[in-house]
Amino acid sequence: MVATADPVRGALRTRIEHAMRPWRRANPMARWLVIVGGLITLTFAFLALFPNVVAPYGEDQYQYVVGSTDDPRLLEDQRCGTDVECEQIPRRIEPGEGHPFGTTSARLDVFSRVVHGARVAFSIVLLSTLLAMGIGVPLGLMSGYRGGKLDRVLVTLMDAIYVIPGLLLAIIVAFVLQQYFEPGLASAAVAVGVVYVPQYFRVIRNHTLSVKEEPFVEAARAMGAPPRTIVGRYIFFNVVQSVPVIFTLNAADAVLTLAGLGFLGFGVPYPLAEWGLDVSRAITDVVSGFWWTAFFPGLAIMALVTGLTLVGEGLNDIVNPLLRVKGFKGRVPRRRDPAPESQAAGGEADVSQTITRENS
Amino acid sequence: MAESVPTFTTDTATATAPVLEVRDLSVSYGTPRGPLHAVDRVSFDLHAGESLGVVGESGCGKSSLGRGLMQLLPVGAAVGGSVRLRGEELIGTSNSRLRRARGEDIALVFQEPMTRLDPLMRVSDHFVGAIRAHRPKVSKDEAREMAREALAQMGIPRTRADNFPHEFSGGMRQRIMIALGIVLRPAVIVADEPTTALDVIVEAQILDLLDRLRSDEEVGLMLITHNLGIVAETCDRVAVMYAGRIVEIGPVAEVFADPKHPYTQGLLASVISVDTTELVSIDGSPPDLVDPPPACRYRPRCPIKAEGSDRIDPALTSVGADHQAACLLYEGAEIGHGKVQA
Amino acid sequence: MAAHTRTGSLRTYILGRLAFAPVFLFLLLTLLFVLLRVMPGDPVAAALGDRISAEQLEVRREAAGLNDPILVQYGRYLAGVATGDLGNPVTDPRPVTQIVADLFPATFELTAFAMVVAVTVGVFVGAVGARRRDGIFDVGGRLFGVLIYAAPVFWLGILAQLLFANRWGLLPTGNRLGARIAYEDVTGFFLLDGVITGNWPFFIDALQHLILPGATLGLVISGVFIRMVRVNMLQTLRSDYVEAAHARGIADRKVVFRHAFKNALVPVVTIMGLQFALLLGGAILTETTFSWPGLGQGLVRYINNRDYAAVQGIVTFFAVLVVSVSLLIDIINGLIDPRVRY
Repeated sequence: MVATADPVRGALRTRIEHAMRPWRRANPMARWLVIVGGLITLTFAFLALFPNVVAPYGEDQYQYVVGSTDDPRLLEDQRCGTDVECEQIPRRIEPGEGHPFGTTSARLDVFSRVVHGARVAFSIVLLSTLLAMGIGVPLGLMSGYRGGKLDRVLVTLMDAIYVIPGLLLAIIVAFVLQQYFEPGLASAAVAVGVVYVPQYFRVIRNHTLSVKEEPFVEAARAMGAPPRTIVGRYIFFNVVQSVPVIFTLNAADAVLTLAGLGFLGFGVPYPLAEWGLDVSRAITDVVSGFWWTAFFPGLAIMALVTGLTLVGEGLNDIVNPLLRVKGFKGRVPRRRDPAPESQAAGGEADVSQTITRENS
Repeated sequence: MAESVPTFTTDTATATAPVLEVRDLSVSYGTPRGPLHAVDRVSFDLHAGESLGVVGESGCGKSSLGRGLMQLLPVGAAVGGSVRLRGEELIGTSNSRLRRARGEDIALVFQEPMTRLDPLMRVSDHFVGAIRAHRPKVSKDEAREMAREALAQMGIPRTRADNFPHEFSGGMRQRIMIALGIVLRPAVIVADEPTTALDVIVEAQILDLLDRLRSDEEVGLMLITHNLGIVAETCDRVAVMYAGRIVEIGPVAEVFADPKHPYTQGLLASVISVDTTELVSIDGSPPDLVDPPPACRYRPRCPIKAEGSDRIDPALTSVGADHQAACLLYEGAEIGHGKVQA
Repeated sequence: MAAHTRTGSLRTYILGRLAFAPVFLFLLLTLLFVLLRVMPGDPVAAALGDRISAEQLEVRREAAGLNDPILVQYGRYLAGVATGDLGNPVTDPRPVTQIVADLFPATFELTAFAMVVAVTVGVFVGAVGARRRDGIFDVGGRLFGVLIYAAPVFWLGILAQLLFANRWGLLPTGNRLGARIAYEDVTGFFLLDGVITGNWPFFIDALQHLILPGATLGLVISGVFIRMVRVNMLQTLRSDYVEAAHARGIADRKVVFRHAFKNALVPVVTIMGLQFALLLGGAILTETTFSWPGLGQGLVRYINNRDYAAVQGIVTFFAVLVVSVSLLIDIINGLIDPRVRY
């Protein structure tokens, strides 16, 4: 029993060790960036998953329960005046005790709005990514593997989408969608997601093109494996490794696109807590000197985007061995034979080049 | 340009004075694990009109030796010892003197001609930049003329001087690199694997060019290569490097006919020739230069393992006329490399 | 010099680019048309549905050609774009071409100013940082780059207004000019008009209004430039040709400037092309934040009015602009980098 279990566990351990190898070899700076960025991102992920643990109020709560309990939150089955005694949250108070980020003119607690905003941001980034991957990855695989006319048409089409400024494209899609659907999380996710389809497509296609020529794929083909098996088993699992890197780099961008969309009023509808939307609603406050209603939601955007960018760039550094040389001081190994390294980097090397675009 | 022919070469008394004297040259690089001693207390002389081959495996420090002579090293690297050029000490000299020495006194010809020219610059402008860096008074037109002259000497048509680097083949680019190296008539040319990236026919042409420079211009040529055949054909003397040290140095004919150091013997045995019936290689790999073995560095791979080589780090000792080897098989090596290991 | 060879190959290169651009544009316009028009729905009803009667609606629809088959509309759209006719809005008597002519100068002034700020800051911080790698300036510059990239431009704009306009009263915000400035509109580009007419109070007022929105947008974009310039510069600084230039004894400053910096800037031109799309997106947000009467703000207004025809026209203009700019960038690249042409 033990004898059979051990090799399995051993194999698993070697696999994990193998997967961790780039991490251990990476320069300390890159690792540090990933850790800091990861902590920031995880903090926001926690807020997104459990907003009520942190936020004292609901996202559209303007009055709170006074009296017996310490919890000021108004539950769904409670009605003010009849079930419990309520008091309204004061308007426009400065950040301080009870309201660390202050309150808005609509009697909303800015801190609670910011916390709940994490949920909207995460939902939309995840939904839009699923959409972009769902379209971009299969098309990229097909285009790269089949080649020919189909490839040319798809590449030009994707280039045409890519050339449209990301935010503008999201606006157009949101505009078209609002004719048919009530604005909400789903339509905002589609609007944001469409922007990133070409990026997944490009990276996957280029990576597929290079993997297609690898000896093990040719061997599979020589043994008579059908295209479905070759693409599904051999190519997919090789190519899919570049997806996390594209994801982390795109996610930061997607948060900004969503915020821009929200700021212009084409994102999720009020009273959903969305940071860009909250900043736009605070413009008039700023003119009259209330800085906190705009400041904190914007700061949240900046913090989350910074976190995601650090993770993305750090991962890119770590996964891409060509960049790894960069951080290490001292003698750069002689580039006698750069071929194996640069080939291994193939798809990933593209990532940072392809994604040099942001939206706000 | 004619006056740049070194005057002392005509005088028999000074002809024996080496143009380059290297003593205890060390080059180390900073690594996360500590300094890596790529070149460790290397000494040799180079005379005008002489060609010295430097051979060894990859990573033995031969390229670092060439760069160390010019102190052309990355940040974090350190050079120690003494390099005297026509009697003038270059180690520890001012940055501006060093800059002037590069290109004007010592020229370096690199391994990869494809990437050594600035892709955005016309070939002639490379020459103009180099010439005017050393002779500010030369006008651009004069510099261009000098460029065409040097290129013509290397077999590149004058009309192509204003082309961009990518318009030339690899062999032509290496000729351009050599032309760039000789345009200021340096006393020493260090050629670091100048033909490794080129095909055999071009290789022969380039070696021929270098050889002509050596004999016609009385240049001291240091040819760094891993190709023993090239050394046999073109060099007067050969230095064999192992793990940052010169382990054997002497006249090519003598060293190749009767190698004294076990490493040289192994190296020569592993050369493939027409008579080769089985492939011979040296087992093991060179030592880690961050933490080298305390005594003889070749001992772990040495088939002989001379008496005492586990305790003493052997120094070069005379094994023939102008022929030295660093092996405890020979008397004199036991004085060690400065310090005897207990 | 060899000017004739240069223009010859360049002409082929440019002609190739010019030939491909219309094909690409055609595809892009088709995509936009499909996106905006083929889906069911009625632009006139969408914009005016609840404000006019059914008969009036039908008249407007007929006049706008919306009753024609979709392929006829598509043909009319393409023909219109080819002749510079971008259609007629439902909610505005001016044709879209006129709207673009009225609003685009403001957007151009904003984006051009922002681009100058972004490139200046990016090239300076990136290049100096790479030169003194891992120094305080480098680390600070990179941190600034990451943070400024992460900051939403509209948020920075609001903060800038809060501090510079509301709190300190240093700079005006909102619109392109103060209320009481007399001026003559020659080109629509206020800075240019100010210079042409010699109306300096007008010029200065326009500039003052431009600084906050332009600098905000420019700084946000600069993050990408800092990163790219720094990475490129690090690469060129350790490139083979830079080492070779050092070996020729060329002064450090000249090597950095002439070889490393110049080569590092080549990809930056390409990035400028990519960033232009980003700049347009950012301009929509910046214009809305600062009440800057440009095309981006106009687009948002027409979207809010559900004016399909106007939105389609403006988006088409943006598309043509983006394709033209990328064409221009390709051509500039061909001029700078001799390798591109081959």
